[in-house]
Amino acid sequence: MSKHPTAYDPAEFEQEYHTSDIELQRRTFRRKQTGKSVLISLFSTLIFVVVIVAVLSRSSGWHAVQKTFFSPHYFMDSLPAVAKGLLTNIEILFFAAIGVAVLSTLIALARTLQSPVTFPLRFLAASYTDLFRGIPLLLVLYLIGFGVPGLGLFGRIDPILLGTIALIINYSAYVAEVIRAGILGVHPSQRAAARSLGLTYGQTMRLVVLPQAVRKVIPPLMNDFVALQKDVGMVSVLGIIDAVRAAQINVALSFNYTPYVVAACLFIAMSFPVIRVTDWYANRRRHREESSGVV
Amino acid sequence: MDLLATAAATSDHPMLEVRDVRMSFDDNVVLKGVDLTVHEHEVVSLIGASGSGKSTLLRCINLLEQIDDGQILLDGVDITDPRADSDKVRAQIGVVFQHYNLFPHMTVLDNVTLASRKVLRMGKAEAAERGRAMLERIGVGDKCDVYPDQLSGGQQQRVAIARAIVTNPKILLLDEITSALDPILVGEVLDLVIDLKREGATIIMATHEMSFAKHISDAVVFLEQGVICEKGTPEQIFEHPQHPETENFLKRVLDWMN
Ligand SMILES: Nc1ncnc2c1ncn2[C@@H]1O[C@H](COP(=O)(O)OP(=O)(O)O)[C@@H](O)[C@H]1O
Ligand SMILES: [Mg+2]
Repeated sequence: MSKHPTAYDPAEFEQEYHTSDIELQRRTFRRKQTGKSVLISLFSTLIFVVVIVAVLSRSSGWHAVQKTFFSPHYFMDSLPAVAKGLLTNIEILFFAAIGVAVLSTLIALARTLQSPVTFPLRFLAASYTDLFRGIPLLLVLYLIGFGVPGLGLFGRIDPILLGTIALIINYSAYVAEVIRAGILGVHPSQRAAARSLGLTYGQTMRLVVLPQAVRKVIPPLMNDFVALQKDVGMVSVLGIIDAVRAAQINVALSFNYTPYVVAACLFIAMSFPVIRVTDWYANRRRHREESSGVV
Repeated sequence: MDLLATAAATSDHPMLEVRDVRMSFDDNVVLKGVDLTVHEHEVVSLIGASGSGKSTLLRCINLLEQIDDGQILLDGVDITDPRADSDKVRAQIGVVFQHYNLFPHMTVLDNVTLASRKVLRMGKAEAAERGRAMLERIGVGDKCDVYPDQLSGGQQQRVAIARAIVTNPKILLLDEITSALDPILVGEVLDLVIDLKREGATIIMATHEMSFAKHISDAVVFLEQGVICEKGTPEQIFEHPQHPETENFLKRVLDWMN
């Protein structure tokens, strides 16, 4: 075998480079393939929509359903009130999300403590997650929302605050378990490496373990966040005028169910950005970590 | 070389042709026009600093990465043609990586027979028989029913090689298969590669084991920043390197070893 004939010079290799015909042909072929699949997917979607519309509009009850659930008049009529109610939901969501982040992290940390001295903490944290993952959110809302004021200890408490607390208590139990799984998924040698640098337990957790743990579980955390977004609608049972309650009031006034559809649309619009961001993040991470490739 | 006296003679039939292959990750151009021909029964070693593009070249050959330009022919067939069925192509190529090769949730025998059963659609009994024979041959016949984490690193890599060759691929790609192993275990894995060469396998291997490369290779390729800087017989490359870069690299590697 002879040695490579070209004198070695990477810079030169790059300058004299023009895309070859064979690569241009491959690119054309791939473009055509992509074009074809786009056309096919558009076409099949169109057929699907046509079939659904045809079936629905031929069903005998369609006209009545359209009138009671999809009336443009009542839609516009109730939109301002429901949208205003949604602001309350967003406010609750904001504080609940922060509360859940803090409380669940603390519980997850408590559950991963190892010294025998901390047994009571571990036990409390474990009981908490066991208990509150088992109780329906509705019951927690009733217990906190009506039970705590019933004690008469704190004077009058804003039901919005009580609803937020109930959501935090309920969701922290789930989220703590997700974060704990993330912590356990960080390789033990990471902890050993951090401790051997002289970092304290707290520093190790805060600077090395938790950042890796949270990154691992961001997709399930986002999933819980989306679930929380819609469960903030449950606070309406405490009499808070949120989007669901506002819709209910409008339904009661008009005997038309369109306001519920309005509320549903607004909740979907609220969760959509987060869902898309989650997808984007998961894809990007897969691309980076699993070292790209076409497989 | 006497150890390999019985080695099958390399033929003139080109098993793999890499023609002017270019490949980049975003704007990092990793392969800048690589040409390489590997004949049937030939063993070619890829050497070069880490980051020079050895793994990327092997991943391109196995269609794990899409090349930006050039062509790769396996046994005369253009595998970079977008009409080629990449699953079928990969079934004809055996690959062993540095580590994480074996599936931890399957027994050793299931690992080795997976492709026979699911890709070649061989019957369960026949696949198991061939798998057992293969494991017997590489000296882990008694480990068929254990899980990979109960094997030593050297045994794991040998099982990985067994899994790669049990389907009779046309070419075997080995990417630094010993660099995660204890020095003591390296020998048993390399011995297996020597056996394979003796039986006429066609192999491309990226390696940092210079004395092994010198010993077993029919040709050695020195890669530097995505370009084949020098290519030749082991004697040419190791004894009389023509390019200062090659000399420099070998000097650094060999100095460190002594
Ligand atoms: N998945 C990837 N994404 C981006 N860059 C990569 C990826 N894999 C490898 N590279 C880059 O490609 C170059 C060659 O890497 P590699 O082929 O692994 O080299 P070698 O195997 O010779 O050590 C390096 O500069 C590396 O940073
Ligand atoms: Mg590599």
